[in-house]
Amino acid sequence: MAETPNSALHTVPPIALRRRITDRVMTGAAVLTVILVLVPLFAIFAYLIYRGIGSINWAFLTRTPKPVGETGGGMANAIVGSAFILALASIIGVPIGVGAGIYLAEFGRNRFGDAIRFTADVLNGVPSIVIGIVAYSIVVLAQGHFSALAGAVALAIMMIPTISRTTEEMLLLVPQALREAAYGLGIPRWRTTLSITLRTATSGVITGIMLAFARVAGETAPLLFTTLGNQFWNLRVNEPTAALPLQIYTYALSPYDDWHRQAWAGAFVLILLIVTAVAAVRFAVRRGTFGAA
Amino acid sequence: MQAGLALHGGSGEIGDRIFKFAMLLCGVAVLAILVLIVYELILRSGASWHAFGFKFFAGHDWDPVSEQFGALPFIYGTLVSSLLALLIAVPLSIGVAVFTTEMCPPVLRAPLSFFVELLAAIPSVVYGLWAIFVLIPILTNYAGPFLARTLGWTGLFTGPFYGVSMLAAGIILAIMIVPIISSITREVLMVVPQHQREAALALGATRWEMIRVGVLRNARAGIMGGIILGLGRALGETMAVTMVIGNNPQIVKSLFAPGYTMASVLANEFSEATGAVYRSALIEIGLALFLVTIVVNALARLLVWTVTRGQPSRANG
Repeated sequence: MAETPNSALHTVPPIALRRRITDRVMTGAAVLTVILVLVPLFAIFAYLIYRGIGSINWAFLTRTPKPVGETGGGMANAIVGSAFILALASIIGVPIGVGAGIYLAEFGRNRFGDAIRFTADVLNGVPSIVIGIVAYSIVVLAQGHFSALAGAVALAIMMIPTISRTTEEMLLLVPQALREAAYGLGIPRWRTTLSITLRTATSGVITGIMLAFARVAGETAPLLFTTLGNQFWNLRVNEPTAALPLQIYTYALSPYDDWHRQAWAGAFVLILLIVTAVAAVRFAVRRGTFGAA
Repeated sequence: MQAGLALHGGSGEIGDRIFKFAMLLCGVAVLAILVLIVYELILRSGASWHAFGFKFFAGHDWDPVSEQFGALPFIYGTLVSSLLALLIAVPLSIGVAVFTTEMCPPVLRAPLSFFVELLAAIPSVVYGLWAIFVLIPILTNYAGPFLARTLGWTGLFTGPFYGVSMLAAGIILAIMIVPIISSITREVLMVVPQHQREAALALGATRWEMIRVGVLRNARAGIMGGIILGLGRALGETMAVTMVIGNNPQIVKSLFAPGYTMASVLANEFSEATGAVYRSALIEIGLALFLVTIVVNALARLLVWTVTRGQPSRANG
């Protein structure tokens, strides 16, 4: 650091004093920005936990919504509906995303690969509501009605770019020597990729999948006109389905205090589900890889 | 590899071909998705395009009953709310990034970045919920009257203030894009070579002068990329904005007045849009939003790439 001898302080020329004051002021400003950013963060989490824990109860977790204006009831169908839509989305999105990642890492070191990479990055920035419109056009209009499948397609489209890019990154981290060793043993390339390269990179690939999952789990906009929402239980692919984020949205904008309470409980459960899903998979992956080694 | 194939006879080769083809299909799917988005949006916005042409983007009226559609109030709302968000978020994000990379004790570095990135993990609808029940009461009770008193003369903070407003939308958007801009800025600051800092310090610069001359100046392009990426996110952000902006298609100078954005009108009206022209007009707004975000994002990626990969380009600047 700029060590100034203390004796120099007595004879500081005004210009040096000004520089030192500027230095202090800018340091103070940087600290201030950190405080200004952390305050809303803590405010959001503290308030969410406070309202969430105060609002959650057994009925909320086990009942379906009551008719408009009545108190009580819960979001059980929306919690299960969200899990159902996310599972469908993962079934569609994960294989395609991982496959695209494998292509990019193992065969895509060329112009065509660059085009896919750039497209994936650009897709990542497409507003989710626009993806909702496209899912509406290709699934809802084709089927003639709203459905869980339409929402799942929208979410899958949002998962694919993230998964493919992280899968590629993780596969590239696997040392080339490992692949060459496998080829040397006479193992065909496809077996090498699946059983050696992908296997080695499993924990990284799964982390990427969880990132994509966490990102779409709270998405509301692409579900508005695809899964639509539902007051009742549904686990059929072709029917409108309740989803937690949709229910939070509807209840937050309603004029009823009891629905506001349930919106907070819903937000709390949603964040809890996202965090536990990510943590559980991380934990399982870590144990799995240690077991294998 | 030749030996491996020979040992296994033909089976390995056939397996390899099938495998490569399957993976290629997955890769092509990524391209196909983009093409599909463009195709569907253009196809289904055709009716509106034929009816209004370029006038669509200059018209003020949004009247589904008489089938008159002009997108200007939504474009205005999207631009103003996003710029307001940038105005608030950019200084904060750069400050946080500079603090974490250049000033803070190393122990604090990781937890601080973690907390800021935690902001990015909160779903949009939860931000909206918080904004309705916490941010808006604060704005109407404290911040609003204060702004009207001190800055009312600018004309930006006048008129009745009910909380749901362009101002609320800008603030909640700012909170949402801080993690994006600050994490990219941090990444970019970290690739600035250490000798740049040492050179500035050796010339007797104070720490701030070192940051300004040695670090920020070298990272300009990358920081710009981060800001544009944040802008892209703000332009397309839907739920939180829809919940607080008031959803009123008007163009008013005061930030206290409610507004409407392109994404919000889609969220509110798309599922209820009856009539081919109405729906097609909404999809045309979606198409415009898509094109703008594509351009913004591509630009941002290029800027970030030039900094984090193209190291030599800095020698000329």
